[in-house]
Amino acid sequence: MNIRGIFAIYKFEMSRTFRTFSQSIISPVLTTSLYFVVFGSAIGSRIEDIDGTPYSSFIIPGLIMLTILSQSISNSSFGIFFPKFSGTIYEILSAPISPFEITIGYVCAAASKSVIVGIIILLTSSFFVNLNIIHPVWMFFLLILISVTFSLFGFIIGIWANDFQKIQLIPTFIITPLTFLGGSFYSIDMLPEIWQKISYFNPIVYLISAFRWSFYEHTDISIIVSLTTILGFLILCLIAIYYIFKLGYKIKV
Amino acid sequence: MHAIEISKLDKRYDNGLKALTNINLKVKKGEIFALLGPNGAGKSSLINIICGIAKKNNGKISILGFDNISQYKQARSLIGLVPQEIATDSFEKVIDTLKFSRGLFNKKKSSTYLDKILRDLSLFEKKNQQIRTLSGGMKRRVMIAKALSHEPKILFLDEPTAGVDVELRKNLWKNLNDLKKNGVTIFLTTHYIEEAEQLADRVGVIHEGKIIVVEKTSKLLEKLGKKTLKISIKKKTESLKLIIKKYSLKKSVSHYLLNYDLNDKNIVSNFFKDLNKNQIEFEDLEIKKSSLEEVFLNLIDK
Ligand SMILES: Nc1ncnc2c1ncn2[C@@H]1O[C@H](COP(=O)(O)OP(=O)(O)O)[C@@H](O)[C@H]1O
Ligand SMILES: [Mg+2]
Repeated sequence: MNIRGIFAIYKFEMSRTFRTFSQSIISPVLTTSLYFVVFGSAIGSRIEDIDGTPYSSFIIPGLIMLTILSQSISNSSFGIFFPKFSGTIYEILSAPISPFEITIGYVCAAASKSVIVGIIILLTSSFFVNLNIIHPVWMFFLLILISVTFSLFGFIIGIWANDFQKIQLIPTFIITPLTFLGGSFYSIDMLPEIWQKISYFNPIVYLISAFRWSFYEHTDISIIVSLTTILGFLILCLIAIYYIFKLGYKIKV
Repeated sequence: MHAIEISKLDKRYDNGLKALTNINLKVKKGEIFALLGPNGAGKSSLINIICGIAKKNNGKISILGFDNISQYKQARSLIGLVPQEIATDSFEKVIDTLKFSRGLFNKKKSSTYLDKILRDLSLFEKKNQQIRTLSGGMKRRVMIAKALSHEPKILFLDEPTAGVDVELRKNLWKNLNDLKKNGVTIFLTTHYIEEAEQLADRVGVIHEGKIIVVEKTSKLLEKLGKKTLKISIKKKTESLKLIIKKYSLKKSVSHYLLNYDLNDKNIVSNFFKDLNKNQIEFEDLEIKKSSLEEVFLNLIDK
């Protein structure tokens, strides 16, 4: 196992993050604060509690999800896409490091950044509402699990993409809409029945539901079902990455 | 055991282009081997396949006995690569990018060693500068430093002096000779004949994806090179005419040229004996060795 190699990639990626600190850390904080001001305070004060949770608190898990899903994907997709684009990938390809180890380096770095951003959002939100997390350990575990899963998903996108547009494609046209429709700002059972049914095909619903459960124990879907869905997606991504490297897809000519 | 051993290697790109055909090549430990060929001959393709950047379709490659696919970790640990194109992380500091390379190759930290490399390549003053602030020549040296940062046993350089000015080129040649003294095997590609001639112990010539010849540099010159004797003779006599005919001398402005093969040892002494016998005096003479360039053109012609 090339531990130093994994760590070199991890460190490289993290220093890239801190070099663009304002962009990568401050901007999600700013965006989230704006959501709080608009949805939490301004509009939220006129919306009644959802299952005993004030609306401004209710949206916190969804907001965190909204940010860390897009952060995880963009961090890791960009992390592996950029060396391909600039040509510096040659060094990683010629190093005694296995595809699996490369993946660990990039995915851990992207996930770390997401977790940091998630925690920062949580801290920011504590300025706006009274936070009371019922299952903090689960909350933390889910934050990590989801960050890792979507960083891995982003890594796959980064390998597949051969131009900048493709990197934006999936986050913009799939992930963000699904997150908005996945109950970030409402509870699924507030929807008409037909839309509730349709929502169950949206995988993001399960993430937000599980995450919200760790905060307030209120949930649209049983935590077991949600966890299984997340793990299922993680396994799917792992299988995909295994085949991508096995076939040398789009990296080696 | 050889440093590099390639057998029956074929490479066809996805677009159907056959870049390499049945390459068989052995590079000895500790030598400087130059792969010489025109643009598009397949030099980069060969290096990229050896180093794990491109896939091969057929054949086997071993690096100091390790198969480059089934034992890629052992094989690649021994290799340093300087690719043809400059590709660096602009915002990284020079020293950080070297630390990164060293880590990637699973080597323990060593600032003493990295400082030494930086000094050898005259980069020490730039140690803490971001790479984007360096000149093109310095960037290339940073790439060489990266390749050396993990103490490779075999160094691959793909056209290391393309677009580099004369002084830098001379410095680099010196660096490479120093590495050779330390036992590093060097495999470089070039289309500068002079480079192969100055540096290489052996030269391989590649053309349209096939290796045409592999030979000691001096042997290759000897085998295929020609020498030209340029001689100035004032008085044109009857006997000179005979000699011109006998040796089929060519007239060029005010001199006569005698072309002969390098391995034809007697022709020169016979020529002078004949001059002497006929009391033909010459004023000046010059011997020109044909360059590898001409040798190369000769080879491709065949
Ligand atoms: N990625 C690629 N896809 C398709 N053809 C390629 C690729 N890379 C190189 N080639 C072709 O393979 C041949 C050999 O190229 P290359 O190895 O770069 O030659 P050299 O380094 O000797 O100039 C050329 O005809 C080139 O156009
Ligand atoms: Mg080339």
